[in-house]
Amino acid sequence: MTMNILFYILAAVMIVATLLAITEKHPVHAIVYLVTSFFAMAGIFYLLCAPLVAMFEVIIYAGAVMVLFMFVIMMLDLGHPEEAQRPAFITWLVPLILTSLVLSSVVSAAVFRTFPGGSNVEITARAFATVLFGRYGVAIEIISMQLLFAVVGALYLGRKGGGK
Amino acid sequence: MTVPLIQIIILAGIIFSLGLICTLVWRSNVIMLLVGIEIMLNGAMLVFVGGSYRWGAPDGQIFALMIIAMTSAEVSLALAMVVYLQRRHKTVNVDDFHELKDQ
Repeated sequence: MTMNILFYILAAVMIVATLLAITEKHPVHAIVYLVTSFFAMAGIFYLLCAPLVAMFEVIIYAGAVMVLFMFVIMMLDLGHPEEAQRPAFITWLVPLILTSLVLSSVVSAAVFRTFPGGSNVEITARAFATVLFGRYGVAIEIISMQLLFAVVGALYLGRKGGGK
Repeated sequence: MTVPLIQIIILAGIIFSLGLICTLVWRSNVIMLLVGIEIMLNGAMLVFVGGSYRWGAPDGQIFALMIIAMTSAEVSLALAMVVYLQRRHKTVNVDDFHELKDQ
């Protein structure tokens, strides 16, 4: 029962933080709300027997990616609340209708479908690592190549006197 | 007590929808648009981890890890592109970025 209550608390924190993040007009505040949301998400991952994914979520998402966003906002000097403007109400209307359609169809599809019986076995870090480096060893190589390409691309785009 | 899979899927659906709204609405700021993409990918990760919890298989967690790695690569490239476009056009409004051609 404690797990369910914790799940509801973390889910509420996450939804509220995300709502505040997407309606905030100041980018720095939005990033800080988003970090709150990612911490709540890491808590949910821990509840769902995924401690490693929870750790990576905190270290990479909340730590590295959000700090990268913050650096870019500071570097480009975008954090001026008096210049920032929220989109007009009419801009929110069509996305709200479209996404409410998407959300209602997802929820109804999940409700009217029975999932085959599960086991709820706890996954230890050992089992996770065995499968990761055994069956999915190729994926690790692909990810390392992809990160290398990202570094090369970022260096190319960020070089001095770009475009000439 | 365990958390039912349906509640996890509904939570992930809500998070994904919020990210979709963020992406559709914030055309005036490319940083907020990227934030919306992050939120959507987080919702997808929640579904993978929830499925892995329900069926006791580590495959879902491994795919969540791949999504994290993919996102970090994507964000570094996208932010480098934002810095590049800001230097050339002096704006972060997406509507002004309508050309790919080098001038």
